[in-house]
Amino acid sequence: MLLRAAWRRAAVAVTAAPGPKPAAPTRGLRLRVGDHAPQSAVPADTAAAPEAGPVLRPLYMDVQATTPLDPRVLDAMLPYLINYYGNPHSRTHAYGWESEAAMERARQQVASLIGADPREIIFTSGATESNNIAIKELEAAIQPDTSLVSVMTVNNEIGVKQPIAEIGRICSSRKVYFHTDAAQAVGKIPLDVNDMKIDLMSISGHKIYGPKGVGAIYIRRRPRVRVEALQSGGGQERGMRSGTVPTPLVVGLGAACEVAQQEMEYDHKRISKLSERLIQNIMKSLPDVVMNGDPEHHYPGCINLSFAYVEGESLLMALKDVALSSGSACTSASLEPSYVLRAIGTDEDLAHSSIRFGIGRFTTEEEVDYTVEKCIQHVKRLREMSPLWEMVQDGIDLKSIKWTQH
Amino acid sequence: MAASSRAQVLDLYRAMLRESKRFSAYNYRTYAVRRIRDAFRENKNVKDPVEIQTLVNKAKRDLGIIRRQA
Repeated sequence: MLLRAAWRRAAVAVTAAPGPKPAAPTRGLRLRVGDHAPQSAVPADTAAAPEAGPVLRPLYMDVQATTPLDPRVLDAMLPYLINYYGNPHSRTHAYGWESEAAMERARQQVASLIGADPREIIFTSGATESNNIAIKELEAAIQPDTSLVSVMTVNNEIGVKQPIAEIGRICSSRKVYFHTDAAQAVGKIPLDVNDMKIDLMSISGHKIYGPKGVGAIYIRRRPRVRVEALQSGGGQERGMRSGTVPTPLVVGLGAACEVAQQEMEYDHKRISKLSERLIQNIMKSLPDVVMNGDPEHHYPGCINLSFAYVEGESLLMALKDVALSSGSACTSASLEPSYVLRAIGTDEDLAHSSIRFGIGRFTTEEEVDYTVEKCIQHVKRLREMSPLWEMVQDGIDLKSIKWTQH
Repeated sequence: MAASSRAQVLDLYRAMLRESKRFSAYNYRTYAVRRIRDAFRENKNVKDPVEIQTLVNKAKRDLGIIRRQA
C-alpha cells in the first residue's frame, strides 16, 4: 500500500517533469499543440518564469528521427527505475533474480516479435552498436571468400521497403551472411527471421516507442553466425556484449516490442489512411510535387516529398509549427543533399527541395490536416517569391537555360 | 467472479474514457480515447464468455496503466 503510494507519487513526478526547453522563448511562435504547463522539478533553475496556462509546442511529424515513449512502455519500466533496481547479473539475492527475470522476459518479447529464439537476442545500446557488431563480423571472418550483405529493411528517408525475403533467399543459397538494419521496420511491418532467412538483424528501441539508449542484435544460432565482440569485459550477453544489461531500458524495449506486436495491424491500417490523406491533399492542391521512393514498396508512415522550385530548408523554417525534417537526422548537420535521393536518381534541384513527413502511432488526423494546410500555404508563398517559378509559369524550360559563370 | 455483464463492460468503457481525458499530453490523450473506442467497438459482437473475460481483464490492466500514467 505504502509502496504503491510512493510509486504513484514518483510516477506523477516523472510524468510532470519538464520536457526539453525550447531553444527560443515561445513568444511570437504560433505553436499549436496545447499541453499543460510543465512543472520544473528543479526550482529556480532558469531565468524564465514558469508559463501560466498551457505551453504550445510544435506538432511532431518526425517519427523517423525518434518516437515518443508509449505510456504502456513507461508503465512497464517504472518499477525497475524505482524499487526493483538490482543488477541482473547478481546471482545471490532476490534483487538480482527479479531483475534477471525481467531481462529474460524482455528478451522473449523481442524474440517473439521477429520469430526468433530468445537465445539469439543480444541487448546493445542501440541499432548503431548492433550494426557495428554485425559489420565487424566480416573482418573477423575465417574464410577469405565469406562476405556479408547488409540492407536496410525500411529506408529512414524515403520509406522504401526492400525485398528482404528475396534477398534472404539469394544469400542463403550462395552461403553469404545477410544482415539487415530493421530499426525503422521492427514492429511496423511483419518480420520473420526464419521466413526471410535473415542471419543478423539490428533493432533500435527509440524507433518503436521504446526508450532511447537501448537496442538489440539478433544473431542466428542455426546455422551458427560468429560475431566478434566490440566491447570486452565481464562476459555478459554470452560474451558478445559485456557490460551490465540496463534492466529498465531492456524492459522498456521488451514492452515496446510486445505492444508493437499487438498493435501492428491497427497502426498500419490507420497510418496508411493518414498517409493517403496527406499525399492526396497536398498533390491535389499543389502542382509539381514529387514523391520520392517506389510507391509500390513503400512504408506509409515515411513520406518524402520534393516540392519543385522551393528550397527544402526554407520550407522547413516556414513550417515552424510542425517538427519536420529533410533527409535523415544523422546527416542533418551537413547541407549536402541526401545521398539516398541522389542514389535513386533525383535531380539535384529536387533533392534540395525534399521534406520528410513522419506519421506514427500517435499522429492525429487533425495534425495531418494542419500540416497539409500549412504546407500548401507556404509552398505557394515561397513559389510566388521564386524567380525560377516565374520563369516556369512563363513557359521557359529551365533545362534549356545557359547559366553564365561569374 | 460472475461473468462480466453488459453493464459492467459499459462501466469499464466509461471509466477508461474518463481516465484517458486526464493525460496532459495531446498525443497520448487523443490516442488513448481513440484506441479505447476502436477496441470496444471492434469487440462488441464477441459472444464467448471466456473470451469476453479475457478482454475485460486486459482492459482493467490497461485502465490501471492509464490511471498511473495520466
